Amino acid sequence: MNRIIYLDNAATTRLNPKVLDSMLPYLKESYGNPSSIHFLGRENKKAIDKAREQVAKSLNAQFNEIFFTGGGSESDNWAIKGVAFANESKGKHIITTNIEHHAVLHTCKYLEKYGFEITYLPVKSNGIIDIEDLKKAIREDTILISVMFANNEIGTIQPIKEIGEIAREKGIYFHTDAVQAIGHIPIDVKELNIDLLSLSAHKFNGPKGVGVLYIKSGVNILSMIHGGGQERGKRAGTENVAGIVGLGEAIEIATKDIEKKSKYLITLRDRTIKELINRIPDTILNGDPKKRLPGNINVCFKYIEGESILLMLDMKGLAASSGSACTSGSLKPSHVLLAIGLPHEIAHGSLRLTLSEETTDKDMEYLLEVLPPIVENLRKMSPLIKNK
Amino acid sequence: MEEYSKKVMDHFFNPRNVGVIEDADAIGEVGNPVCGDIMKMYLKIKDNVITEIKFQTFGCGAAVATSSMVTEMVKGKTLEQALEITNKNVAEALDGLPPIKMHCSNLAESAIKAAIDDYRKKNDHRK
Repeated sequence: MNRIIYLDNAATTRLNPKVLDSMLPYLKESYGNPSSIHFLGRENKKAIDKAREQVAKSLNAQFNEIFFTGGGSESDNWAIKGVAFANESKGKHIITTNIEHHAVLHTCKYLEKYGFEITYLPVKSNGIIDIEDLKKAIREDTILISVMFANNEIGTIQPIKEIGEIAREKGIYFHTDAVQAIGHIPIDVKELNIDLLSLSAHKFNGPKGVGVLYIKSGVNILSMIHGGGQERGKRAGTENVAGIVGLGEAIEIATKDIEKKSKYLITLRDRTIKELINRIPDTILNGDPKKRLPGNINVCFKYIEGESILLMLDMKGLAASSGSACTSGSLKPSHVLLAIGLPHEIAHGSLRLTLSEETTDKDMEYLLEVLPPIVENLRKMSPLIKNK
Repeated sequence: MEEYSKKVMDHFFNPRNVGVIEDADAIGEVGNPVCGDIMKMYLKIKDNVITEIKFQTFGCGAAVATSSMVTEMVKGKTLEQALEITNKNVAEALDGLPPIKMHCSNLAESAIKAAIDDYRKKNDHRK
């Protein structure tokens, strides 16, 4: 393999070397427990506080509204279960969408076993909810609305501000899974009326295994982990100091140049999409062409299957992803692609390319050179297409 | 995710016997687009022996590799011998498959059976 081109940044990103440097002291000489009274403990406590300040600033939140967790899935679980069980005397109805990440969907399914009723809003063919559907779904006993900021597969961005306004007006808590959005599009929790927000460090060049749940002060939520007094008693356990420090550093770096970064990515993304459609017949763009994450490309090539495309790209040094059954670990293709109305056989042929600011024009040229013959060869093998 | 064996990768990247036989004596098609795998086998049969075989497959790496492998295994065999080949044999010939992919080898076995069924039905008619 002579080249490595990483186009799977929605799965995870490369750790920024500056972030790694910021973490190293807490994996080496500064090994104290942040809860300890002595100087090593105090030093670690200070490091966590600094990271909390960095996160708060990036989201326009308050210092004491930031809670560190073990990652995006934990944050989603905590937000939904924590709000549901703390407020069940008020009502047991929750509204979400049918394109959420499984950390949200499976948590909602779990709550159904405890008598909660969940409305799964459908999305339009561009992957965006209809705000009227949301208004109609709200009931007297609705206690929580959970709608993802941007989708992990097709990159579509939901009308978060409008949802926030509706939730505020009706006095319903609003949670958003912003795992894919943070560090890629500007987010201001106050302006958007967000009550709870999940994020994960490794999606913006931070370390894996650490995330945040933003909880607006005053939100009635249960504790995630019972134990010591860490995270103001809401999420006990000795802190992952190095991870938290890395998250703080990464979010500060990621949110700093957001405008410049996204401008670059949008140009690269749109040019690549246009060329893919030009060069490969029977190619469909999934999701909204404009209201999508700057680095997200998701296309379907008719008549072929996604995993086969990935293996072929892998041979050429290109790392990408798909929503086919074989890559989802089940026999069903991605629930997101089905939700936007794709038939099964087309949904199986999806390819997701997620770029980063390290992705170059040259990388995309190489992709556009190697991909068309791969699709052509697989189609030659396909019984779904009439070959000459 | 779990890695494919070298043999699976070889059969995926260099599949044997891909294509269509226009004047096939038997055709077997199994699978469906919903689960993401379709296998189509074309056979030429002479004196009860499979003399030529081609396949077309829509599916993942394991589906392509098992199709390719099974065509090699049945070529030159009598129909009875071909019917004895099980999905387990196909998977073993590929040095194993990840557990989640075992259903793909199932398709290979079924595709051969479907083709031979097709042949026998057609020939019963001629009698």
